[in-house]
Amino acid sequence: MTHDVAVLGGGPAGMAAATEAASHGARTVLLEESPLPGGQVYRALPPGYAGPADADRRAGDALRAALAASGADLRTGCRVWGLGGGPLVPQGAAAAPFTLSALGHDGVPFTITTRALVLCTGTHERIIPFPGWTLPGVIGLAAATILLKVQGVLPGRRIVVAGAGPLLYAVAAKVLAGGGQVAAVVDAATHGEWLRALPALAARPDLLAQGAAWRTRLLAAGVPVIHGAHVTAADGDGVLGRVRVGDRAIDADALCIGHGLVPATEATRTYRARHEHRPQDGGWVPVLDGRQRTSVPLLYAAGDGAGVRGAAAAPAAGRVAARAALDDLGLAHAGSQDAALDRARRAGAAMARMMALRPAMVEAIPPETIVCRCEGVTRAAIDAAAADGAVTINQLKHFTRCGMGPCQGRMCGEAAGALLAAAHGVPIGAVGFATGRIPLRPVPMEAILGAFDYADIPVPAAAPI
Amino acid sequence: MTAPFDVAVVGAGVMGCSTALFLARGGMRVALLDRGEICREASGVNAGTLTMQMTRAALIPYALRAHEMWLTMPRWCAGGDVLATACPGLSVAFTDGEVALLEDRARIRRAAGAPIDLIDGRAAQAIEPGLADGVKLAGHCPIDGFTSAYLTGRAFRPALLEAGVTLMESTPVRGVDGRFTLDTPAGAVRATRLVLAGGVWLEDMAAWLGVPLPIKVLVNQLVVTERMPPRMRTVLGVASGLLSLKQYANGTVLIGGGWQGIGDRARGGIAVRPENFLGNVRLAAHTVPALRQARVVRSWLGLEAETADALPAIGPIPGIEDAWIIGSVHSGYTSGPFMGKILAQAVLGRAPELPLFPIDRLLDARSNAA
Repeated sequence: MTHDVAVLGGGPAGMAAATEAASHGARTVLLEESPLPGGQVYRALPPGYAGPADADRRAGDALRAALAASGADLRTGCRVWGLGGGPLVPQGAAAAPFTLSALGHDGVPFTITTRALVLCTGTHERIIPFPGWTLPGVIGLAAATILLKVQGVLPGRRIVVAGAGPLLYAVAAKVLAGGGQVAAVVDAATHGEWLRALPALAARPDLLAQGAAWRTRLLAAGVPVIHGAHVTAADGDGVLGRVRVGDRAIDADALCIGHGLVPATEATRTYRARHEHRPQDGGWVPVLDGRQRTSVPLLYAAGDGAGVRGAAAAPAAGRVAARAALDDLGLAHAGSQDAALDRARRAGAAMARMMALRPAMVEAIPPETIVCRCEGVTRAAIDAAAADGAVTINQLKHFTRCGMGPCQGRMCGEAAGALLAAAHGVPIGAVGFATGRIPLRPVPMEAILGAFDYADIPVPAAAPI
Repeated sequence: MTAPFDVAVVGAGVMGCSTALFLARGGMRVALLDRGEICREASGVNAGTLTMQMTRAALIPYALRAHEMWLTMPRWCAGGDVLATACPGLSVAFTDGEVALLEDRARIRRAAGAPIDLIDGRAAQAIEPGLADGVKLAGHCPIDGFTSAYLTGRAFRPALLEAGVTLMESTPVRGVDGRFTLDTPAGAVRATRLVLAGGVWLEDMAAWLGVPLPIKVLVNQLVVTERMPPRMRTVLGVASGLLSLKQYANGTVLIGGGWQGIGDRARGGIAVRPENFLGNVRLAAHTVPALRQARVVRSWLGLEAETADALPAIGPIPGIEDAWIIGSVHSGYTSGPFMGKILAQAVLGRAPELPLFPIDRLLDARSNAA
C-alpha cells in the first residue's frame, strides 16, 4: 500500500507531524530508530525503568499519547537505510512516490512507499576537536544526557562539563542530582552573551525558570563556572585524567563536552533538496518556505534537522509541515497556525545562536590534532590538502579520506569544512557539503541480503568483448 | 585575454591529465581546463580496478602498458601516488553459462596478450581463500591489481604544475570559436591546438566543433564497506563482468561491477537504485561469503562514456586540423595514463607507441545509419 504521509524520525517534530496527519485521516507511518518515540529531549524510559516524571517526560508522554491515539502506523526500532523515488528518477520521468528501505526491529527488511515525506531527523552533536578529544572518558553532552536521563548512569565520578548552550547546565545539574561531582562547568559563552539572550528567552518563561533552577543548584554546590573559556586539552595515560582550560588543570575522570548541534541533513541531501549554510541555524540546512516545504515537491523538513530551534518549538513545526503535506495532497484539515510556535522559535533561536559554530575554536585546533577520527585525519593533513589545491569538501575527502569512514563526516564534516574554508579565505558555504548517498546509516549486509538464489540475481547482459 | 597556448586540453580526468602532462613534457605550453575539480568525475570515483579480465580484448596491449604505469606512478608522475597494488585477479564462473562465457573470453583475451589461465574452483580457492564454494571454473590473471582512485587528482596535480601546465579548475568552457578560442567565465583562452577529453561530456564538446559524435552514458554504482579483518587478497569478478571486488589495505571492501544507477549527462549521478544496490551486494556476498559480516557504509555513482561500438575515441577530429579527442575507453581508468601518453605522442608529431582509435568510423557509421 502507498501511504499518504511518512514521517522519518520520532522526536517531538515527528510525533506531532504524524499525529496531525493521521488525525486528519491521512494514511500515515512514523519511522523511528529508537525503541520508543520521543527523540533526545523527550526520550522515553526503556521498558522496566521507572523514574521521576519531570517536565520533559510529561511533555514527551503527552506527545506519545496523542500519537498513539492518532491511528498513525508506528514503526520503532527500525533503521531506514535506503531512500529512493521522489525526484530521484531518470531524466524526463515524472516524480515518483518516495520509497524508504528499512530494517525492522526484528531485523526483517521492509519498504515504505509514500506520497509525501516529512523529515524530522534531528541533529548530530558538534564537538570541535581539541588535543585529547578522542581519549576514553571524553563524551558528548548529548550522550551524557541520555546516560543520565534514561539510564540513570553517571558518566564518571569527577566530571567536567564543557561547551556551549543550555545543555551544559542541564547536564551539570543532573550530575549533581545523581550524586556525582562537577569539577567545573566551562562555558564558551560569556556573561554578556547570556545577558543578550535573555530578552528572547523571556518569551518562554518556563524554560527560563528551568535554566535558573539549574544555575542555582550549581551555585549551591559550589561548582566553579568558567565563562568565555574553552577546554584546550584533555590528557591522561590512556584514559582521561585531567582537563586543561588554558593554564588551569582540572583533575577529572569524565569530560562531557558539546559545542552545539548540527542539523542532520543526510536525507535532504540524498533527495538533492536545495541547502544553504546558516550558522545561526546550526550549519547546512534545507531551504524551506514558510510551511516547512523543501525545494523538492512533497518533501518537508521540521524540527532541529531543519534548523536548530529546540524541542519546545519542534511539535508546532511538525504540525505545520503535516498540514502543508495535507494541503499539497489535497486532503482536508482544519488546522491553523500555532500561536506558540513563534514564541518557542524566538527562544530557540537565541539558544541556537549561542550554540553556533565558533570559528575561533576551529582556528585554534593544533596541527597534530585528529579532526576525522574514523580515518585519523589531522588538521595538518587538511591544511596540506588545501595547500595542494583541494577547494571543496568532496575534494577534501578524495585528497585525505576525511569523512569517508563509518560516520560519513557526521562528526568531522563541519570542522573540516571550516578549516578548508579558512585555508582559502572563503565562507564555509563556499566549500559545499558532502554529496548525500545511501545508506543513511551503516547497514549490516547480512540483514539486507535476505534469502536469494544466485540464479535469481538479475544480472544484465555482459559487456562486449 | 589569456596568453596563447600551444594546446588547450578540456577535461581534467585521467585522460586529460596524462595527455596534458606528456604534452607539457614534450615542450608544449599547455592549458588544462575543467568545469569542476581535477579528477572528480569518473577518474576519481571509479573502482580503481586494474584488471585484464574486464578489459576489452582490443585494449589488452594498452592496459598491460598502463598497468605498469600505474604501478610505477611515483616515478613518472613527480611522486604522485594512487597506492597502486599488484595482486592476482580471478574471474569466476558459478553456472554452465558462465563457464562457457569465461572459456570464450579468456581465450580471446589470452590471444590479445593477457596472461590468463583457466583453473578449477579448488585452485581458485588456493589463490583466494575467501572465495565461495561452488566455483566451476576461474580465469586467473597473475598481474591484475587496483588503485585508490580517489587519490588520482591529488596524484596528478603536482606533476602537472611542475611540468608547467596551466591548470584551470572550476573553469567551464562554454564553446569554442575558430582555431581555437575557448569561451570561459575567466575570459577567452586561446590555443593553437585543442584536445577534447571530457568523458561522457565528449558529445557536447564535439558539438562545439559541429561534429556529431553520439556518446552513451553508463551510470555505474559502487558500494563500500566499513573496515573489516582481511577477508580477500585478489581482484575478484564473475565471468559476466557484473562484479568487481577487492579489499584495500585499510580493510574496506569495494564492491562494483557496473550496476546501473540513475543519472545522465545533464544532471550527473542522481541516485543509487536500491534494487541494484541489493543485486550488487548479493552477488558480492555469494562470491565471498565472509562479506555477509560487513556493514555497508556508502554507495556512489560514476558516469562512464561509451561509443557506438564500445571502442575508444582517440585521435584527430576529422576535418578540423589540430583538434583531437580522447575518451570513451572501456575500463578507461585502467588504460588511462597510457592512452594519454600515446595521444600526446601523436599531437607532438611523433609516432604513437601503439595505434590510436580514430573516430572516423563512428561518424561514418552515423551518416550510414541516417
